Amino acid sequence: MRLQAQGVQLAYDQHVIARDLTLTIPDSKVSVLIGPNGSGKSTALRALARLLPPSKGSVILDGKSIHDTSTKEVARQLAILPQVLVTPESISVEDLVWFGRHPHRTSLKVPSPADKEAVEWAMTVTSTVELRHQHVDQLSGGQRQRVWIALCLAQGTDLILLDEPTTYLDVAYQLEVLDLLHQLNQEQGKTVAMVLHDFNMAAEYADHVFVMKSGTLVTEGSPEDVFTADIIRTVFGVESKVVPHPVSGKPMCIPLRAGLRTQTPTALANC
Amino acid sequence: MSTAIVAQHVRRITTAQRYPRAVVGSLGVLAVVLSFYSLSVGATDVSMHDVLNAVTGNTSDQAAQIVVDFQLPRVLLAWLVGTALAVSGGVMQGVIRNPLAAPDVVGVTKGAGFAGMLLLLAIPGVPVLAVVPAAFVGGLLAAGLVYLLAYRRGATPVRIALVGVAVSAAFEAGIRFLLVRNPLDVSAALIWLTGSLFGRSMSSVYEILPWVVVLVPLVLIWARKLDVLGLGDDLAAGLGEPVERTRRLLLLFAVALASSAVAVSGTIGFIGLIAPHMARRIFGGRHLASLPSAALFGVLLMLFADMIGRGLAPPLEIPAGLVTAVIGGPYFLYLLVKTGK
Ligand SMILES: Nc1ncnc2c1ncn2[C@@H]1O[C@H](COP(=O)(O)OP(=O)(O)OP(=O)(O)O)[C@@H](O)[C@H]1O
Ligand SMILES: [Mg+2]
Repeated sequence: MRLQAQGVQLAYDQHVIARDLTLTIPDSKVSVLIGPNGSGKSTALRALARLLPPSKGSVILDGKSIHDTSTKEVARQLAILPQVLVTPESISVEDLVWFGRHPHRTSLKVPSPADKEAVEWAMTVTSTVELRHQHVDQLSGGQRQRVWIALCLAQGTDLILLDEPTTYLDVAYQLEVLDLLHQLNQEQGKTVAMVLHDFNMAAEYADHVFVMKSGTLVTEGSPEDVFTADIIRTVFGVESKVVPHPVSGKPMCIPLRAGLRTQTPTALANC
Repeated sequence: MSTAIVAQHVRRITTAQRYPRAVVGSLGVLAVVLSFYSLSVGATDVSMHDVLNAVTGNTSDQAAQIVVDFQLPRVLLAWLVGTALAVSGGVMQGVIRNPLAAPDVVGVTKGAGFAGMLLLLAIPGVPVLAVVPAAFVGGLLAAGLVYLLAYRRGATPVRIALVGVAVSAAFEAGIRFLLVRNPLDVSAALIWLTGSLFGRSMSSVYEILPWVVVLVPLVLIWARKLDVLGLGDDLAAGLGEPVERTRRLLLLFAVALASSAVAVSGTIGFIGLIAPHMARRIFGGRHLASLPSAALFGVLLMLFADMIGRGLAPPLEIPAGLVTAVIGGPYFLYLLVKTGK
C-alpha cells in the first residue's frame, strides 16, 4: 500500500485530536472517511497529505516517511483538496486550474505541452471549459467547487485526497463529481480517498469506508460491513433504518425522526 | 430578459488582464515621457532642448550640466525608489494576504529610517554603502516587533495595520529625538522625517541600484510562488510549495527592497501601499502581471510627487514624502474602512 498513517498522534499546538491512529489507504480503490463534525477527518487527511506533521508515529508514502520527502516531490505523487479554500481575488478559472501544474514546473521554464494537456483535460472532465475566462470569485458555489476539483485533477497524480468535494453541489453535480472520481479510479487506477458526509453517496461509491469518531478509527471495511444501524447509532447517536438500495443493492441508511423512533421499535430491533 | 441581466453581471477578464504587456508597455512609455519632462522642471528652468543634449551626453553648456548633476540623479532615484517601494508592498500584500500591508504600514519604513539615521550619526563618515544594510536591520526589527505585537492566532489585516502605525510612531519619535539631539541641516532632517529626493547625487543611485537590480528580478522569478501562497497554506503546501520557507524569504526580499529605498530617500510613505493596489485593480491577482505594473505605478507616483514638490513653489522644495502623504493618507483611510467592514 502506497499511503498509510502508522500510529500517528495528531495535535494542534497542545490540543491532541487523535492519539494513535492507523489508516491504510487501499491502492487503486475509492475510500471514504465518514464521521461526525469535529471527529478528526480533515485532521487525518491533512496528516496523510503532509500538511500536518504527526507528533508521534509517521505517515508513510511509498515506503518512506512522508516528512523525509520534499513537499514538491509529494505534490507530484499526491493531490489534496482541502476543506477550506481561499479564492484569490480576480483570477480567471483557467489561471486557477493552471496552479495544479505548479509542482511540475520550475520558476523559469515555460509550460510544457504536457502541462497544457493536463489543464485542458481537467477542465473538460469537470465541465468548466465554458467558464475558463470568468472570474472565480463570481462563480456560484457549485461552479467554483468544480473548478477546485479541476485544479486538483490537473496535478495529474495517482493519489487524490479530497475533503468534502461535494459540498455546495446540487445532486446532479454531486453525482457528476463522484462519477468522475469513480471513472478515474476504474479507467486509470487512481487511488481516491475522500471525506463525505452523505452515507448513501458513500455507500454507493466507496470500496472501503473508514468510520471516525473523536479522533479514533471506530471501524473500517466495505460499505456493507460498516453501514449498520448499530454503528450509525454509536457513532452519530442517530436511530436509523438500513435497507438495501432498490437498484444497486448497496446499504441505504434512512435516519428516523423522533416520532418514527417511538412508533417503530420493532423495526429498529430488526436492523 | 432575465438572461440579459445575468449576462451583464458576468464580469469577464478585463482587457488589461488579457494583454498585460500592452498595458505595462503604455505605463512604461508614460513614465519615460514624464521622466523627460521632470528633467526640465526645477529651481532653474531648463529647456527640453538642453535636456535632450544632456541625455545624449552633450554636456558642454551649463544648462545641460545642471540637468546631469542635479536633475538626472533625482529622476533615476524616482525610478529606483518607486520600484523598490511598490514591489516591496506588492510582495507584502501577497504574502501576508493583507490588502493593508505595505512597508510603511508594517513599520519597516520608519524602522529602517531610524536605523539608517542612527548609523550616520553614530559613525560620522561611514561609507554610504553601509547605510542600506543598517536600514535593513532596522526594518527587520520593526517588522518583527509588529509581528510579535499583532500576532495572536492569525492577526487580522486591520490589527496589523493599527499595530504597525503604533510601532511606526515610536520609531518616528526616535527619529525626531535624534534630530533634536543632533541638529542636522534642514534638507537632511526633511529626508529622514518625510522622505525626499532633494539634493541627492549619483552616489545615492549607486547605493540603491544593486539591491533593486538583484531583488526585483528575483521576486519576479518567484511570482508564481507568490500566487500559490494566495491559495491558502494547505493548498499551497499541497501544490508542493514549502510555505513557511517561501514566505520568510519573500518577506526578507520585501524588507530589503523597502530598506534600500529608505536609505537613499528617507521615509517616503504610501507608495508601497497604493501602487500595488492600483496594479491589482487592473491586472487581478497574478503577480507576474501585477508586480511590474505596480513598479511602474510606483515610478509614476514618485516622479509626480517629486515634480510637484519641485515645481509648485520654486525655489521652495516641498518634500516628495509630503506629497505622497497628501495623496496616500486618504487612500489608506479608505482602505482601512473598506477592509475593516
Ligand atoms: N487549525 C486548528 N487549530 C486548532 N484546532 C483545530 C484546528 N482544526 C481543527 N481543530 C480541531 O480539531 C478537531 C477535529 O477537527 P477536524 O477538522 O479534523 O474535524 P472534521 O471531522 O473534519 O469535522 P467536519 O466534519 O466538521 O469537517 C476539532 O475539535 C477542531 O476543533
Ligand atoms: Mg473536516
